[in-house]
Amino acid sequence: MIGFRPEARHDFDEILRLVRPGARVLDVGCGEGVLLERLYREKSVDGRGVEIGPDAVSACLAKGLAVMQGDAERDLAEFSDASFDYAILSQTLQAMRAPRTVLEELLRLADRAIVSFPNFGHWRVRMSLLRRGRMPETRALPEAWWETSNIHLCTLRDFTDLCADLGLRIEAASALVRDRPARPMNPLDMIENWRAEQALFLLSRRTPVHPPETEQRDLFA
Amino acid sequence: MVEVLAKAAGETGGGVTRLAHPLRLESGGSLDAVEVAYQTYGRLNADRSNAILICHALTLDQHVSGVYPVSGKPGWWTRLVGPGRVLDTDRWFVICSNVIGGCMGSTGPSSVDPRTGRPYGLSFPVITIADMVHAQALLVEALGVTRLFAVVGGSMGGMQVLEWARSYPERLVSAICLASAARHSAQNIAFHEVGRQAIMADPDWRGGDYQIAGVRPEKGLAVARMAAHITYLSEPALQRKFGRELQRDGLSWGFDADFQVESYLRHQGASFVDRFDANAYLYITRAMDYFDLAAPHGGQLAPAFKRASEVRFCVLSFTSDWLYPTAESRHVVRALNAVGARVSFVEVESDKGHDAFLLDEPVMNAALTGFLAATAEATNL
Repeated sequence: MIGFRPEARHDFDEILRLVRPGARVLDVGCGEGVLLERLYREKSVDGRGVEIGPDAVSACLAKGLAVMQGDAERDLAEFSDASFDYAILSQTLQAMRAPRTVLEELLRLADRAIVSFPNFGHWRVRMSLLRRGRMPETRALPEAWWETSNIHLCTLRDFTDLCADLGLRIEAASALVRDRPARPMNPLDMIENWRAEQALFLLSRRTPVHPPETEQRDLFA
Repeated sequence: MVEVLAKAAGETGGGVTRLAHPLRLESGGSLDAVEVAYQTYGRLNADRSNAILICHALTLDQHVSGVYPVSGKPGWWTRLVGPGRVLDTDRWFVICSNVIGGCMGSTGPSSVDPRTGRPYGLSFPVITIADMVHAQALLVEALGVTRLFAVVGGSMGGMQVLEWARSYPERLVSAICLASAARHSAQNIAFHEVGRQAIMADPDWRGGDYQIAGVRPEKGLAVARMAAHITYLSEPALQRKFGRELQRDGLSWGFDADFQVESYLRHQGASFVDRFDANAYLYITRAMDYFDLAAPHGGQLAPAFKRASEVRFCVLSFTSDWLYPTAESRHVVRALNAVGARVSFVEVESDKGHDAFLLDEPVMNAALTGFLAATAEATNL
């Protein structure tokens, strides 16, 4: 488990709200397929998953989900351009060795990406560092620095800067605080960088990778 | 015991079908009067939508469940195939046929050549995995099935599954490929060559005409099996099972089977020659060596599956399988993803080596059950 996973999974509720029914969805780091299963039941999506843990993959397969054992940082290259409507990366970006590359990959293989992460600019994190002078251990980031898999934590501002840098359009953003449903936010508003414990973004490319008439890459040319 | 097992397999059928036309072969030739021996388990439903074809591995055959007619032993995949099991014969109509080139009833090198009235021996044409699959496709048609709910196989059976996806994707709803590869590696070919040379070095092989001479190259075939059997197991499993345990107290200071592992391998070799034909072993191993789905596409595998993007795939490998390692399955998965096929893939943790797919592997069983159920649900079956 990476970071903060609220019992009620308000982040999943928010993702379900954002995804168009019947869409083609890739859930990167899908775990045991809880979100994929909900997407299938509630939104009739054509869902696939990538998951690095063999036990979690087995659990997905036993549920009948189309999941591939693989490493998000290596194996996303297998998917063709624009082969999905949405690529979801829930609470995993900050554990990637190369988050920028992964984000680019998500928006290469899908038209839209839904990305959520713990906000390192949240007031609890800031206060923890200020008061204790140690790497913050908060309810959203409960592990010690030497055991956490979160190696690339960022704040809301860092993330919106990266989106601008990559030419990504922020179509929607929500703030999540434990035990409360997601709340729409303006991610550029400075106060949100203090208030949002978790952030969830719906992103798209500012310009399509390919002109519409050559949507599919010709693999066999 | 026999009755109990037969009953446990549910409703069974089978026989030998003679193909109406000569079978055109990949090598360019053709084969006349081809017979395909097969078994069926369960019942074909009214709209003929519940058929599952199982493709067998190198030395196995059509007796996937139930009992072997002569030995009375259970079929090779009885654990998985039967009423209420993973491949539930109360629900599915399971078909398994002996590959052509084999020796369990389908036309092979030990069959009588209708032109000469004598066994083919080495005059039997070299056949390929694609030829085996074309013969299966004709059998499936003859059984009145136009579309298979699934084609399933491990090892060489998995190669046939991939060949089905290449040749007849429109006849498949789903495909399950276990512990297999889209091509034979140098190491795979090397081990097979050892086996073939062992057979051909046996004086009783007689240039392949041993049947006419009334002898059998048993020693050569046994050595081939012993070498191959090592490749089906993992080093840790072999060590755990035998270690350096001796058959008797003390060493013989000679070349008897001092070690239990030697005795085990000798037994494997000896029991194999009772059930398998040496020339069939040559032909089938050759078919596997020649298998390379990417070869016609300049080494690119994805184009081989370009028509299979609507087929639902399940690919499984096993951590300790060094004969068809996970990298080979990944190669297949990558190509399937590239064409946009819906593919599930898991590397199952097991220390039982290549043979794991034949054994009781709960993770594999659960994955296959889930995959079949979801495919049935998605296709409204």
